[in-house]
Amino acid sequence: MAEKLKLQEVEVWDGNMAFAQAMRQAQIDVVAAYPITPSTPTVHGYAKFLSDGYIDGEFVLVESEHAAMSGCVGAAAAGGRVATATSSQGFALMVEVLYQAAGMRLPIVLALVNRALASPLNVNGDHSDMYLGRDAGWIMIDAFNAQEAYDLMLMGFKIAEDLSVRLPVMINQDGFITSHTAQNVRPLQDEEAYEFIGEYQSVNPMLDFSHPVTYGAQTEEDWHFEFKARQHKALMDSKACIQEVFESFKTVTAREYNIVESYEMDDAQIAIVALGSTVESAVFAARKLREEGIKAGVVAPRLLRPFPYEAIKDALKDVKAIATLDRSSPGGALGMLYNEISAALYQGDNRPIINNYIYGLGGRDMTQENIMEIFRDIKKNADAGKLVTPLQQFSGLRGPKLSFF
Amino acid sequence: MDYLGWDQVEAGAVLPSFDEVKGDIALLKQAERDYAPTNSYTASVADWRVFKPVFNRDLCIDCQNCWVFCPDTAIIAVDKKMVGIDYEHCKGCGVCVDVCPTNQKSLLMFDENEDNDRALQNWPEKIKKEK
Ligand code: SF4
Ligand code: SF4
Repeated sequence: MAEKLKLQEVEVWDGNMAFAQAMRQAQIDVVAAYPITPSTPTVHGYAKFLSDGYIDGEFVLVESEHAAMSGCVGAAAAGGRVATATSSQGFALMVEVLYQAAGMRLPIVLALVNRALASPLNVNGDHSDMYLGRDAGWIMIDAFNAQEAYDLMLMGFKIAEDLSVRLPVMINQDGFITSHTAQNVRPLQDEEAYEFIGEYQSVNPMLDFSHPVTYGAQTEEDWHFEFKARQHKALMDSKACIQEVFESFKTVTAREYNIVESYEMDDAQIAIVALGSTVESAVFAARKLREEGIKAGVVAPRLLRPFPYEAIKDALKDVKAIATLDRSSPGGALGMLYNEISAALYQGDNRPIINNYIYGLGGRDMTQENIMEIFRDIKKNADAGKLVTPLQQFSGLRGPKLSFF
Repeated sequence: MDYLGWDQVEAGAVLPSFDEVKGDIALLKQAERDYAPTNSYTASVADWRVFKPVFNRDLCIDCQNCWVFCPDTAIIAVDKKMVGIDYEHCKGCGVCVDVCPTNQKSLLMFDENEDNDRALQNWPEKIKKEK
């Protein structure tokens, strides 16, 4: 049995350490990983815990991220608790296998430290890799700070392994801004954390030789559609389990999580919808604007997949104008948040004016000033009752203003 | 096999490989197992092969290397004796030939159209080690 680590009531951890500690407490059977900035310290920390005797499982050193996720798929199919971490290019290299993991319904947990995708080459944070994973069939949860990275990592195992879900889960946090910034984190003690997650239950394990099975069988047009429909249904229905896990976590820690987080939204007339560490900056900006009498609020989907359409509709039911902030190069379209938020609201009674802001690519700072400017911008739309600013704008970009539509 | 609806298929495209497992499947020889209709054992998946491995019993030392390394489990070994190639599943990758340790090789790649008996008659000589 692995050694226990006695933790302080409040530890000073960066986001990577928060991930690594939660992974240690989960007592994972197999971690197969390849180092990539900025997620390297997650597995580095995990490997150190293992070599120091705090973990019983296997750590598999592989030659690439494609192999890392392949190793995870094999180990999870074999019947073990499995996790890994990655970022950016490494994540891109994993993509083929991400679909395999989801299609085989393997409850792998992936710690994704968000970073820009090349080219140009850039090790800093944005959400390009997170967006790339959107359709892979994984549950995607977003942490806005180190505490949440720790909490959600623990919850990630519980969600993925729930017998009603059995889908891989990705926990996202911002590269460097969250992953490399030391913050106060209140951890659970080892037994408490492990008890919260629970023992691993295997389903159709390949190492059960008396019940041999084929994984991810070839299906073609006769069967593919049915398997994919079943997978989609499981993903859509997983919201109920996620909500339950959030609630049981609250009873243990008194920390509350929602599939959509709302800040200052009670009487808000304008709102920013954002992801990652920008959420906290936006809340700060909204509070500043409230001192000037501007009723600003912030809505942040905690859950990216399955996308919480109903909860979004509910959170934004009274606002007049919305800015959706996308931290990913839009690739010839309006940003993902713009599209999803519009889709969520289009069927409802409230049809606010929705703008799209592209910001912070490749680690560009998102300042209070930038965010307040966006709030002021959309207030013009709210006051006019129609779109008077460009639909899509770039915020914090040098050179002449760039906007579309 | 009946067509099932989306709510009836096994999650994860997991298929049972054998219809009814009687006793310990690991103790049953490949040919004696009761394969499920979904198992590709009953289907030829080797049509694309261009070169085929030919097995020479006279040289083989039954080291099982080829059996371990074949990515398609297309080496037939019974009771730890190498028997031959399962040409219904062999993809012609040549890994078995590569890992065969004997000199001269007990497995060699030949043109798919080559007659096996003729290949065995024209088996190349032992390679002289360079001093
Ligand atoms: S050629 Fe490849 S597939 Fe065929 S028996 Fe040898 S190793 Fe197996
Ligand atoms: S690798 Fe060569 S010597 Fe060994 S069992 Fe196979 S054919 Fe025989």
